[in-house]
Amino acid sequence: MNKKKSLWKTITSSREASLLLILIVMLIVVEILSKGTFLTPTNISQIFRNNALTMLMALGMLCVMLTAGIDISITSTLAFTGMIIGMLQKRAGFTNTLVLFLLAALIGIACGFLNGLIISKGHLAPIICTMGFMYIWRGLAYVVSNNQWASGADVAKFAEFGKDGSVGPYIILIVAYVAFFIIMKWTTFGRRIYAVGSNADAARVSGINVDKVLIEVYTIMGLLAGLSGALSVSIYASAQPNMQYGKEMDVIAACVIGGTSMNGGRGSVIGTFLGALFYAVLAKALPLVGLDSIWQNLIKGVVVLAVVLINVLTQRSMDRAALERREM
Amino acid sequence: MSEDLILELKGITKIFPGVKALNNVQFQLRRGEVHALMGENGAGKSTFIKVITGVHAAEEGHMYLNGKEVHFKGPKDALAAGIAAVYQHPTTYPTLSVTENIFIGHEFVKNGIIQWRQMTQEAKKLLDRLDADFKPGDEMGTLSVAQQQMVEIAKALSTNAKIIILDEPTAALTANESEKLYKIVDQLRDEGVSIIFISHRMEDMYRLATRVTVFRDSQYIGTYDVDKITEAELIKAMVGREISDMYPKPQVKIGGEVFRIEGMSRTGYFKDVSLNIHAGEIVGLTGLVGAGRTETMEAVCGITKPDAGKVFVDGKEVHIKNPADAMKAGIVLLPEDRQRQGLILSWGLGDNVILPIQDELAKGPFKVKNELKERELAKKYLEEIDTKAVTIFDPGSSLSGGNQQKVVVAKALVQDNMKVLIMDEPTKGVDVGAKAEIYSIMGDLAKKGYGILLISSEMAEILGMSDRIYTMCKGRVTGCLDIKEASQERLLELSMEKSKTTGKEAVQ
Repeated sequence: MNKKKSLWKTITSSREASLLLILIVMLIVVEILSKGTFLTPTNISQIFRNNALTMLMALGMLCVMLTAGIDISITSTLAFTGMIIGMLQKRAGFTNTLVLFLLAALIGIACGFLNGLIISKGHLAPIICTMGFMYIWRGLAYVVSNNQWASGADVAKFAEFGKDGSVGPYIILIVAYVAFFIIMKWTTFGRRIYAVGSNADAARVSGINVDKVLIEVYTIMGLLAGLSGALSVSIYASAQPNMQYGKEMDVIAACVIGGTSMNGGRGSVIGTFLGALFYAVLAKALPLVGLDSIWQNLIKGVVVLAVVLINVLTQRSMDRAALERREM
Repeated sequence: MSEDLILELKGITKIFPGVKALNNVQFQLRRGEVHALMGENGAGKSTFIKVITGVHAAEEGHMYLNGKEVHFKGPKDALAAGIAAVYQHPTTYPTLSVTENIFIGHEFVKNGIIQWRQMTQEAKKLLDRLDADFKPGDEMGTLSVAQQQMVEIAKALSTNAKIIILDEPTAALTANESEKLYKIVDQLRDEGVSIIFISHRMEDMYRLATRVTVFRDSQYIGTYDVDKITEAELIKAMVGREISDMYPKPQVKIGGEVFRIEGMSRTGYFKDVSLNIHAGEIVGLTGLVGAGRTETMEAVCGITKPDAGKVFVDGKEVHIKNPADAMKAGIVLLPEDRQRQGLILSWGLGDNVILPIQDELAKGPFKVKNELKERELAKKYLEEIDTKAVTIFDPGSSLSGGNQQKVVVAKALVQDNMKVLIMDEPTKGVDVGAKAEIYSIMGDLAKKGYGILLISSEMAEILGMSDRIYTMCKGRVTGCLDIKEASQERLLELSMEKSKTTGKEAVQ
């Protein structure tokens, strides 16, 4: 009895555990509804491949949201970076995969650094600053494209890395998640991010350079967005200025589902992973259980709201239970 | 050198844009002493502390640590030199664990990896040393203010600080929590830590300090031995004038009952609270922080929903579902956190004052704002309470805490059907001068026949102003004393009585 209670307590008192539970339930339901055709190795690997960009950028968004910020410029950074990578191959015939990835990372870092600099030193609201850059980078992506796309033939060699069956995207994801898991939990750098989001004034007084932390998180976000730009070109074997348009909301949704608080200071790498996975599974499952694509956005929205609501209600009932324990 | 000084500051001047926050002040701290730093709000105490801890850099002046001149470039330098501060408002990280709150900024790191286990063990040791009743793994946000303060002290200890600065540590604490803090301070002093202690409470100073330094208007006034200065002399040093009667309690003929609550309960906050107030009576309500005083009154005023209970005004039951109902019934609450719940700081004073009756003053079917009438009324009431504001257009943020509180009182007064005024910690964080004025306003209101409920943790003001005193403990009323039979000891006993027994029950 005691042990059972503590297991139940673990589940309700940890957002990660409750989300894992919801995820498992959903998988079982989908597996049954799709008559056992859902959980196949192909489907699973596709879920990760198709959502690699969201999953990768969710890590950066976690950092940003932990500082009570938000970054809606990421898919524009992605498009801008992707366009440069694509055009370098199409027009300059430059095809070294590693160098192209490094270049994408550098461009992303520069974009993110600008966000961080303006938000920390200029005291701009993150949503306003990144909204500005959302238009700027997307606009520059169109400028770089000059009304042209980089198509499959242009990026053929580069697409080897991300093509169906290549382990490239998975390795990037695994390395990124393991690295972030360690950084966020076991390094002072990671804990500074939590501290700044939990109470920026306190952080300042205890000698933490808040501006530096902010610049760092937005730079990390930019780095991941830049890498995603290259990855996107590689996976989809094309570069267009409108790529991943509007998908920044998927990234934010993944973090929020994973228990990251918009008020900062609360969130985890595992939660983010589960959140992103939840979102990815949902997107993949809807057509398989026979739902027409016209319904998918509607259902996604409802499910996202439901999951977050459940999260909030669990929190509230936990608070209530704590109050009742006070015996008043 | 005749004295063993661990810290000395000379000729410190700190200028903020437009203000001289510190003007050529000095300070000497002996090794192993508890030194009180006193002065009215705005006297520059907090700024001074921040200069010591390196948060602010002084424009002029010298600072000597153990006789050697030091220049701190930031809080980190001060910490490294063994100076730690516990600020007025706990500067904690509510979403992080106690362990992390203690060690943030100086974590145990091995090969770049944080040693959580070691840190938790060390945190446990520190908490045991302070006799804390919570665990290192608890989330900071779930702790009470007193507990959070203890974490802050543990944090100071974890840095091996030789000088600990406590900035108004008892402001948010009740009597017995303060007593616990005193013991901790005594213990630290015995261990050789030098302590600077800022407080508005005289009892803190008498209980703890051997010397006291007074600042006034950004200037150094003097340093005195605590046992050689009287309270009146000290107040004079702080205020610059003598305050003849701190508690001008008028003799008022007590009328009939205006307000009564019966059996108010809310799960987890308070249970079965009943009390009454007569016209012209000032009723004190005291207890420990967390005893449910504020929560009860918030429920009475419809801010939160009680699970059970009845409210009567003038003998008739009223049903209150929201704050507007309470106001209609004649019950007005002056909230504890006046900056958050009492005033809209960015608005003009006039707009703040007439906000509760704006709707009534408005004209016509479209409720057009009656600017002229509003201004006239706002002016009248602001004059009545004598704020130092120049015009009704000054923003709320331009006033000091004490004057803000007076504006909140004016806001209550404009509601001419007011019968009961509930004042929740009206003088918290308010300096001595403004305190006396608030008491005198309170006395005037009682004379006019309003029933007043004074919620306060400060024994002196409860005993000085009340006709009758209720005590609460763990959400229940534990006593009601006439002022003639009340004493500090008796009130404390009633406030704590139950906490001991329930404490034992909880352990079992």
